Amino acid sequence: MACTVAANVHATSLRRVTEAVGRRFVAGVEDFGYGAALLVESLVWIVLGRWLNQRVRLHAIVEEMMSIGVRAIPVVAVLAFANGAMMAMQGIYTLREFGAESRVVAGIAMSVVREFGVLIAGIVVAARSGSAIAARIGTMQISQEIDALRVMGISPVRYLVAPILVAMLIMMPLLTVLSNSLAILGGGAFSVMELHISPDTYLERALAALAIQDLVQSLVKSLVFGVLVTLVATSNGFSAAGGAEGLGRATTRSVVLSISAIVVADMIFTFFLSR
Amino acid sequence: MSACVESAVGPVIEVEDLVACYGNQRILDRVSLTVRQGEIMVIMGGSGSGKSTLLRYLLGLRRPDSGAVRIFGKDIARLSSAEWRELRKKMGVSFQGGALFSSMTVGDNVCMPLREHTRLDEKTIRIMSRMKLEVVNLAGFEHLMPAQLSGGMIKRAALARAIVMDPSVLFFDEPSAGLDPVVAADLDRLILRIRDALRVSIVVVTHELESAFAIADRIALLDHGRILMVGSVDEVQRSDNQRVRNLLTRTSEEQVVDVEEYLCRLTEGVE
Repeated sequence: MACTVAANVHATSLRRVTEAVGRRFVAGVEDFGYGAALLVESLVWIVLGRWLNQRVRLHAIVEEMMSIGVRAIPVVAVLAFANGAMMAMQGIYTLREFGAESRVVAGIAMSVVREFGVLIAGIVVAARSGSAIAARIGTMQISQEIDALRVMGISPVRYLVAPILVAMLIMMPLLTVLSNSLAILGGGAFSVMELHISPDTYLERALAALAIQDLVQSLVKSLVFGVLVTLVATSNGFSAAGGAEGLGRATTRSVVLSISAIVVADMIFTFFLSR
Repeated sequence: MSACVESAVGPVIEVEDLVACYGNQRILDRVSLTVRQGEIMVIMGGSGSGKSTLLRYLLGLRRPDSGAVRIFGKDIARLSSAEWRELRKKMGVSFQGGALFSSMTVGDNVCMPLREHTRLDEKTIRIMSRMKLEVVNLAGFEHLMPAQLSGGMIKRAALARAIVMDPSVLFFDEPSAGLDPVVAADLDRLILRIRDALRVSIVVVTHELESAFAIADRIALLDHGRILMVGSVDEVQRSDNQRVRNLLTRTSEEQVVDVEEYLCRLTEGVE
């Protein structure tokens, strides 16, 4: 008797777990589909808006470029410089054991351009704009401003999402170039002092280590990251519900999800591109 | 011009056997309703009666699961997005909380539909938006941000934005909610004045009896997702239907307790 009860309890809890997993999975697929739909609709507005007399406003794009890109410059610069310097420190101390510390310059250049420069830019944008965008759209959703747009015949995707997407596609590559340059500069500042080489030599060695594919890889990644942050942040904003608490949840979710999406996408990219 | 002719015949809005569900719960149950040209139709009901949901269907923010909603004779479930855009130029909405864009000044809020839908030059747009602000007695406030306005002013600014495209049908969601009685009465008078000045049809969703009786040509009483009755103010006031009387005299309904069902509800899903 006791045995059957225990088995029953076990079966129900197992069923619950399976159910929960299934639900999460379906919700995940739904989110993914929603994001894809947002992307397609934004692209349609960007390309066809002019002909439909429903254009994406330049003024809105410029504003987004300011808040997403230009205002992120100081943070990206500091983080990239510090990260480059740290790589130089770690690299020199580790490679010294093998007497290969002069190879550190190539190592910095390659890992910065292929990986860390774009990752820093992406994470900064995800943290700054991912939260800001989700909070702004979420507030509009909760105060019925999104409904107001729709009943006015103004597509919220055209009005709110498309300008962000364009701004991301322009600013992410620029921030990435900045991030790459400053990380190499940061690495150089430390290497020049520690390895007693001239700045010219450092730069020469760094550039020699790089191929054009590395830069292309970094720029392509930056575009993908920009799209990911846009979609995650806007879709979380649109799905905000339940007052101030819901808004907070949407904002947090947006930041966490967009940073995770960036890192995972980066890993997938690296897996395929470094083979 | 063809739009005028088109809307002069037939009802502005027709709802036919509309059923709405959230999950397993039926919010609207076979609701049918007609709004005629030039009338003020007040949809009245307590909270939870489904009136806000009904409004979302009328505005096309939800697609019907079953039944049909026709606006100017067009079935909203079958419109292309371009047709929707055209239709929406003829609809104005004043939301419960105003839903003014908080990042823009009052003036820009009112200008926005003109900027997005017309090719008028900036000066004309400014003048037209000022005219509408004049209508709602908000002239000179266009440089303020929505956060700087009082509750009554927000509703009036939202109304100015709703009428800036000279719509043929206007919707109000709880116009007097959150306002003191004097300001609410002012807003009622403003709604009447706008109907006469612009010759629009108006749909008002409210739970306020006083306001409903003051402005309505006809009242639709909504109760638990069903239309209880549709009639003029007089007809509603003289009705001897018990549930109508309860709504009007604000008597809460006695829920008949079925012991069996009560126990079922309590124990449902609990192991």
